[in-house]
Order: sequence, then C-alpha cells, then structure tokens
Amino acid sequence: MESVEFSRYLTMLTLSVHVIFATVGVGVPIMITIAHWLGLKRQDEHYLLLAKRWARGYVISVAVGVVTGTAIALQLALLWPRFMEFAGQLVALPLFMETFAFFFEAIFLGIYLYTWDRFKNPKLHFYLLAPVVLGSAMSALFITSVNAFMNAPQGFTLVDGQLTNIQPLLSMFNPAMPTKVAHVLSSAYMTTAFLLASIAAFHLWKGNRHPYHRKALALTMKVALIFSIATALIGDLSGKYLAEYQPEKLAAAEWHFETEGEAPLVLYGVLTETNEVKYAIKIPYALSFLVHSNPTGVVTGLNDIPEEVHPPYFIHYFFDIMVTIGIGLTFLSLLYWVALSRNWSFIKTRAFRLLLVASGPLAMVAIEAGWWFTEMGRQPWIMNGFMRTADGATDSPYVGFMFIAFAVLYIILVSGTAVVLTRMFKKNPVERELEKDSIEQRSVAK
Amino acid sequence: MTIEVIGISVLWMFLFGYVIVASIDFGAGFFNASTIITRKNHIVNSVIQRYLSPVWEITNVFLVFFFIGMIGFFPKTAYYFGTVLLIPISISIILLALRGSYYAFGTYGTKGHIGYTLMYGVTGVLIPASLSTALIVSQGGFIRDTQAGGIELDYLALFTSPFAWSIVALSLVSVLFISASFLAYYSSVAKDKEALKLFQRYTWIWSFPTIVTAIGIIIEMKWHNPSHFEGLISLWWLFALSFVCFIASLWLLKKREFGWSFIFVVFQFALAFYGYGLSRYPYLLYPNLTIYDGFTNETMAYALITAFIFGFVLLIPSLYLVFKLFIMNKPYIQKRKS
Repeated sequence: MESVEFSRYLTMLTLSVHVIFATVGVGVPIMITIAHWLGLKRQDEHYLLLAKRWARGYVISVAVGVVTGTAIALQLALLWPRFMEFAGQLVALPLFMETFAFFFEAIFLGIYLYTWDRFKNPKLHFYLLAPVVLGSAMSALFITSVNAFMNAPQGFTLVDGQLTNIQPLLSMFNPAMPTKVAHVLSSAYMTTAFLLASIAAFHLWKGNRHPYHRKALALTMKVALIFSIATALIGDLSGKYLAEYQPEKLAAAEWHFETEGEAPLVLYGVLTETNEVKYAIKIPYALSFLVHSNPTGVVTGLNDIPEEVHPPYFIHYFFDIMVTIGIGLTFLSLLYWVALSRNWSFIKTRAFRLLLVASGPLAMVAIEAGWWFTEMGRQPWIMNGFMRTADGATDSPYVGFMFIAFAVLYIILVSGTAVVLTRMFKKNPVERELEKDSIEQRSVAK
Repeated sequence: MTIEVIGISVLWMFLFGYVIVASIDFGAGFFNASTIITRKNHIVNSVIQRYLSPVWEITNVFLVFFFIGMIGFFPKTAYYFGTVLLIPISISIILLALRGSYYAFGTYGTKGHIGYTLMYGVTGVLIPASLSTALIVSQGGFIRDTQAGGIELDYLALFTSPFAWSIVALSLVSVLFISASFLAYYSSVAKDKEALKLFQRYTWIWSFPTIVTAIGIIIEMKWHNPSHFEGLISLWWLFALSFVCFIASLWLLKKREFGWSFIFVVFQFALAFYGYGLSRYPYLLYPNLTIYDGFTNETMAYALITAFIFGFVLLIPSLYLVFKLFIMNKPYIQKRKS
C-alpha cells in the first residue's frame, strides 16, 4: 500500500478516537454548568454533587482529548506536509485562535477543579465555568471552520500556482462554516446529554432508586431533547448547503444518479455493481423537498458530475446511520418527556430503561458516522477543487509502521479511560459521597 | 525590525516558555518516579502533586502553540520538518500521550498507582530526547535528497553523530536541573524541609553536567557547522552573561534564597536560548530554509500578530490568576492534605 493510503487511515484513526473525547469535551462543560446552577438555585445537594462528579470524570476525558488533539495537530504536518505548506498560509489564523481558546479553557478548568471549597462566595466559583464553556465552544468553532474551509475554500486567488489576494477572515467565514459549526456544537451537546443520561439510566436499570439518579436522568433527557431537535433542524440546513455547494457529496449520500425534479429520498438499501439501488425505501419528492423546499425542484445527479471527482458511494450507509440514530433518539427523548409529564409508567420498565442506556453510545456512533460521511464525502479532494488528497500526503515510507504504533496507543488510551472511569465511580458511589458530605456539613455547623 | 523577525521572536518566546514549564513538569515526574525506587517518595509526593495538578494541561498547550504558530508564520517548515521528522515526532506524540493520560489516570483515577507513576517518570525523560531531534535536524547536516526528488532523514548520520548525542544529553540534564531548582523553591514556600533538602541536593547534582554539556556543544559546533560556530562566538558576551547567571544562581542556592536562585536559572537559560537563536539567524533549517524564504503572506502575518496580541490580553490575566491561586499562594501550597 502507498503512503497516501496509510496516511489517510492513520488520520482517520486519530480523528475517530479524538472526536469521542472532543465531543465530550465540548458537551460536558455546559451540562456541569446547568447542574451547578440548579444546585445553587434550589439549594439541592444532589445537583451540586452531579456537577462535581461529572467534572471529576470530565478531567479524565479532557486529558485523553488533549493528548489525541496534540497528536492530530502534529500529524497534520507529519502526514500531509504538502497540504499544510499550502493551506498554512490560508488557515493559520483559525488554527492559532483555536489554541488560544483551548488555552483559556484549560486555565479555567484547572482553577475550577481545584477551588471547590476556596471561595467564600460559591457564586464566584460557579462563574469560573463561563470561560470553560466559552473556551470549549470557541475551540470547536475555530477548528470546525478550518475543516469547513477544506470543504469550501475561499478568501484567496490562485494565479499560476501563486496565492494572492488573501483574506483570512473570508476563508474563515466560508459558506460551509455556519452550518458545520452549528451542527458540531448542537450534536456535541446532544450526544453528551444522552451519554450522561445513559449513566443515570444504567443505575436505575440496575435497581438503584436514589433520587440523585432520577434527577440526573430527567435533567439530561430534557437537555437531550432540546439539542436533538436543534441538531435535526441544523442538519436539514446542512443538506441544503450541500445541494448548493457540494452536490456530488449529497448525490453520493443519496445514490442520486439522474439529475431530475421530483427526486425521491433513498433510505437504506444496497447498491449493485451496475449502480442500481435495491431493497431501498424511496420516499417520493422528499429529496427535492428537503433541498429546495419544493417537491419538484431539480437535484443534480452523479451522472452529471465527472466520474473522477465522485466520492465513494458507500458514504450512503454512514449517512443512513447518522440520520436514523438522530431521528430515533429525538423520538426517544420526546417520548420520555411526554410520558414523564403525564405520569405514564412504561418508562419505568426495565426494557425502556435499557433503551435509554443504549442512547448515549448510539449518539456517539452517529457522531462517528457523521464525520466519516462528511470526510469521505469530499474525496478525492483534500481541499475541495484545489488539491487532491494524493498530492498532499507525505512520501515517507514509514507511515505503515506509525499506523500500527498509534493503533496500539489508542487501544491503550481508550481501554485505560474506560477502566479508570468505571473504577473511579464504582469505588465511590453516590450514596457514600452524599453521606460523607452531610457529615462534613454537620461538623461545620457544630 | 521586519515582520519575519517579529514572527520568529514570538515563536522563540513560546518555545522558551515550553522549555521552562515542560522541564519543571518532566523533571517532577522523573523525581517522583525515581524516589519511588529509592523509597523516598513520601517526601516529595505532596509538593509535586500540589504543583502539577492544576497546571499540567497548560504545559501541553505551550507546545501546540509553538507548533501551530510555526506553521502559521512559516508554512514551508510544515513540508521540511513534517516530511523528515515523521518518526521522531510520532514517537514524541506517543510518549506525550502516554504521559498525559497516565498522569490523569494516576491522579484522578486510581490514586498512587505505581505503574502509572513510573510510566509518567520514564516518558518524561524520553520526551525531551525525542523532541530535541527537531532542534538537531534544524542545525543542518542530517537531511539528504531521495532518488524520487524528495527529502529524508539520514538516520545513520543522526545516530552516529556525537553532536546530536550532546544535545540530547544537554536536554536531559537541563530538564533535571531546572526542575530541581524550581521544586526546591516550591518546597521552601511549602515549608517542607525534607523535600527542600532533597531538591537542593538535586539542584547541585544536576547543575554541573548542564554547564559542561552546554560548553561542550559550543566547542563541537566548530566542526559540525563552522559558520554557526562563528555566529556563536560573535555573541560570546550573551553566553558569558548566561554563565554569570549560572554562578549567581548557585551562590543564591547556597544563601538559601531559593526564589531568586530559580529566577537566575531562568535568566541563565533565557540568555543561552536567545543567544543560540540569534546565532543561527536567519536560518530555520540550515541550509535549506531561512526565515525569509519560508515566510507566510503578509496579510496572514498581520492577522496572526493581531490575534496574538488579543490572545495575550486574555491570557496574561488568566495566567496571573493561576499564579495567585496555586503557585504563589502560600496557604494552598502549605496545606498538606494529599
């Protein structure tokens, strides 16, 4: 295999691992903030403990997020030196600002974690979360804008291979950026909410009846519902963006070959070697409607796009996985909320709780599928329309070895994180911690 | 001053920041691990943990900052260093990853896990060695052209070069020296007499190898890269000043002025570091790349400098807060809970 293949696989591997921790890294601060705020407002120690315990687990995931993030930052230049040489002149600004945002977040996260008992006014300690939430959202914004730039490059003129007329802000605020950033943020909040809901649901499923877990589940599912709806709406806007700027990606995702009006939406199915779609569910007019808000709008098909720039057709499966899970989880959280407010009791059955337990991991699968879809969907380009992936890669013959080394590393990191997190919380259950806190408070009161 | 010079000065500042904070961090991990073996762990454990816990993430950001800034200001370096350094830097990343995660696992997860602590110590000494390959390669003489028209690292030349090994040795001993000096100061603030005694001794032990290897490298440069040697000699007064700071720091250590002693250690390294940087002007990678032919377009350079100034307005008060709360805060440092 060639270096370019290995470079692609290694980048995919690093990013697939990093995105797990990055998603949690963006999402958890907002959940901590909500819990901490509720705890202060209602004087409820359960919510305060939620914030404390989430923060404690969060540190582990931040640590792994930092190291995998460092890995991808350096790998960009190690694996794609030609690309970085070229694009470094165009996207250095958001890359640079991303590290600032992360720096900001890291500083205040450190302070927040180590000052639980150090401020006389508990509100001061709570306010430390603002820069953490802001920093994590900003770093997601900046880094996503770099990725958006690779999909929709602009803000420069290329004359005989020379870059002129460079406008850093214009390349940052490219057409792909608004929908991408919004989708990344809302899906991160959604996924994290489902992940934390999974934990609470797991305890309830095991038969724990502590109000702590019930409050946790109710809170996280509410947040999850709000962000699921937001994610779906933004996802729709992303589809409209694709139709206008990257029709080949949308067409490949939908197996849409003929340019036509009244285009159907293709769900599931398989593609034969002669590019025939089999066993699929076709919803008439739906694709045209999604793209143009008009059932007869014309949608560009793959046959009208030169074959050498077709993305791989299998991205359809990733697209299906993402959308199916997204819609499924939206309904799940909606159902939970309606049932909770009407006191329907089926949500307390073990079977339903098992569904809730599965929701977090499923949401993470959707995140991975979504990223694979968007990244493989812009093949063969590394910078859409300007540089092909094969021209950006390193020619070093050692990438294969590095792939193996990093694969081993990530196995250690991911399994280590799983082991440490489970042990941390198993050894120190909620009941014991609440008891310890109340003993401390009583001794203070005396 | 041209914009290229501003760019490289900013980056050099970050690299220096990383050298200092990372040295403290790497050395602390090493001392923590080595005292487990000599069964003196209980003495230093509390001091090291109190310092490291709130700042370990910040250390990593300095490195990424330098690196991203480098590609931003000098995009051509991405091609040269990226192509050549695939293996050494990948090894650094793997070590950094193991180190960072083991630290978190050991501190927040299973407290006092000996395996994690040892791993943390060992990786800490290997990282400076693997990272310093970047510095060695930038010196020139280790890159050759491939038949396909690309470039690659000449591993044989690298591994058999006494010059390269001297730089590795210097990076190792200076890490331990800087770290011991800081931790001596920190334990003096903590009023932790036993830790202080130990770190004071470590500072003495590691001070002399540091200065010997540093002088050795200047002499070796004469054969390795004569023109760079000329550059170093023309800046002899900077290195002389650095040496004066070294002597001053040892004298202050003897006088038990640990804070000032550490400050002079920083001065010593700052002078040597900037002197070294100046002496290689204008080369980023000798002889392939200077700061002028590798520079980004002007618009981006101004944008980066603007972002840099705004970022710093934000960062300096935040870092000050960290200092006030943890590093200069006597009640925090002295509270011996863990």
